[in-house]
Amino acid sequence: MSTPYAKLPAWADYGLIPLINLSVAFIVAGFVVMLVGENPFRAAVILVEGAFGKGTGVAFTLFYATTFIFTGLSVAVAAHCSLFNIGTEGQAYIGGLGIALVCLSFDSVLPWWVIFPIAIVAASAFGALWGLIPAYLQAKRGSHIVITTIMFNFIAASVMVYLLVGPLKPAGSQAPQTRNFLAGAELPKLNWMIELFGAKIRSAPLNICFLLALVMAFLVWLLIWRTKLGYEMRTYGHSSKAARYAGISETRIIITAMMVSGALAGMMALNPVMGDQHNVAIDFVSGAGFVGIAVALMGRLHPVGIVLAAILFGMLYQGGAELAFEMPAISRDMIVIIQGLVILFAGALEHMFRPYIQALFASVSPKSVGMQAVNGKGA
Amino acid sequence: MDIFNAIIQVLDSTIRLSVPLLLACLAGLYSERAGIFDIGLEGKMLVGAFAGASAAAVFHSALIGLGTAILISVAFALVHGFASITHRGNQIVSGVAINFIAAGSTIILGQAWFQQGGRTPALQPGERFAAITWPGADAIKDVPIIGPIYAELISGHSILVYFAFAMVPFTWWVLFRTRFGLRMRAVGENPAAVDTAGISVAWLRYRALICTGILTGVAGAYLSMVQNGGFVKDMTAGKGYIALAALIFAKWKPVNAMFACLLFGFLDAASIRLQGSPLPLVGKVPAQFMQALPYVLTVILLAGFIGKAIPPRAGGVPYVKER
Repeated sequence: MSTPYAKLPAWADYGLIPLINLSVAFIVAGFVVMLVGENPFRAAVILVEGAFGKGTGVAFTLFYATTFIFTGLSVAVAAHCSLFNIGTEGQAYIGGLGIALVCLSFDSVLPWWVIFPIAIVAASAFGALWGLIPAYLQAKRGSHIVITTIMFNFIAASVMVYLLVGPLKPAGSQAPQTRNFLAGAELPKLNWMIELFGAKIRSAPLNICFLLALVMAFLVWLLIWRTKLGYEMRTYGHSSKAARYAGISETRIIITAMMVSGALAGMMALNPVMGDQHNVAIDFVSGAGFVGIAVALMGRLHPVGIVLAAILFGMLYQGGAELAFEMPAISRDMIVIIQGLVILFAGALEHMFRPYIQALFASVSPKSVGMQAVNGKGA
Repeated sequence: MDIFNAIIQVLDSTIRLSVPLLLACLAGLYSERAGIFDIGLEGKMLVGAFAGASAAAVFHSALIGLGTAILISVAFALVHGFASITHRGNQIVSGVAINFIAAGSTIILGQAWFQQGGRTPALQPGERFAAITWPGADAIKDVPIIGPIYAELISGHSILVYFAFAMVPFTWWVLFRTRFGLRMRAVGENPAAVDTAGISVAWLRYRALICTGILTGVAGAYLSMVQNGGFVKDMTAGKGYIALAALIFAKWKPVNAMFACLLFGFLDAASIRLQGSPLPLVGKVPAQFMQALPYVLTVILLAGFIGKAIPPRAGGVPYVKER
């Protein structure tokens, strides 16, 4: 979609505007905190201290960030192709099924370093498959990807509930989850990484999936900006007509993008399932797929931005838990509001402040916005 | 006679379960016909349910509750409009944002104001919409066949149920027999043509969104003040999305919307009723299968295997006056 706005210098486009949008989101969130009768500044201090004050807090923050890097990348890859994948949640859930099948079959015979690669393949294959059907329907039958992926989230939830209260539940157990995995399917922790900096860690679930997430972020960057396929995806995202003229197969692009997106979503399940819970339980994704939307939008669809945004949301999750402890009026659901506000201001209203900033830039230095003379026709 | 009674009971709960879907579905119909995708039906219903139950509990009046539900829901609809009409933002993104803000704020504010774990206080009889017994319902009750149909199915619902079903012909009339409806449909198909005729695209779309807000507000009020005696966190539980599915299933037409919602309501009612008891011919059907059926049916429809669902042409595209 062409934006009817003039250009801004890159640092303003990628730094200043997201920062302003984000600040507005947090200011509005601050008002909600005031409405509840607490001091927003104290809340912010508790939140940041809870997330970064102690080594354990940092480890938890990075653990949550790992999950959000995967889902953020998943949303971003599809978005580069102008596909809105709301189905990250469902694809991650089904990815968990793939991991469960691998771990339940092999955890008694193989060590973790053999199971882990198999589980990565299974998780991404299951996630990709769950993304494939909506992609096929979009490409071949023209059904809107947003609607089909929403439907597939619900179908995934039903399938998983059915499996977790039925076939996958160990006999004699009441809880709707698989049996706990044996040591073979437990991923090694990364706490030593933070202990290098001299911090003490009691028990935190940060595990090697964090490194996998960083590798994936790099690979996504490579895919989108350094390969032919990525170029085609971005072309298609900018203008499907231009892509068609250039001889790019619409079907191939849509299906590949959604399968990559689904695979990344599926890999998200590795982190909580093999790194922390050591079982697959009902609703283990618990909204991380939707957080991915906020993370991707905030990171402006760039892997570096996504990693930073994921750490910010990890901080909100970890700090939010501490906050709920200190201020009983504020539960963790505060994060859901912040998430919504970030999506609103960094996503839907992303151009709200642009005309003003452009006017400002135009009046200070006309050259920076590509204008010869100031004539007030910026926007 | 037992089977007949069972059928009456299932149909009765079908009506009760399809009312919130129907209201939300018609709500979505107004905005989507005007060219604004609305993923945020779920969120608007949720804030409506919360605002309605809270106001009814505080002011001890069902009507004030309903009014507040509509007011807050319309306010959220206007936020959607502000983002997607005035600022030409992505409509899907804006809808997703509204759902999150609704889900979070209802829990946070509910806990802060009432301290009952996100619930609102249980509503007393005067604070809810009571069932209306139609004249002669008690007298005719024991007459075979007609009696139960009249007494159970037609009589004995709250005013909001009748309102929901009355909205079906009303919406049809507005859409296909009024100037506003014609313009609204036009703005969803070809906004440039409407603009050329000297009619404000933005103001038309805002009005459509206000209609959406009113109906989702009523839908929310129905959930928290009729079906349930108070607000429970996350009580919409995906109904906004089912309504969206029903809207597609109905091909954006009001009468079809009613039948789609009744069908989805019936699936829900049947899955509650069956609960593991075997069906003839197919044997035992897992409850999850019945729950997933509306979504599966919608996907199959979208794939073009049962007719073709063609959305309003300008749906999801922000209108830019000049390029």
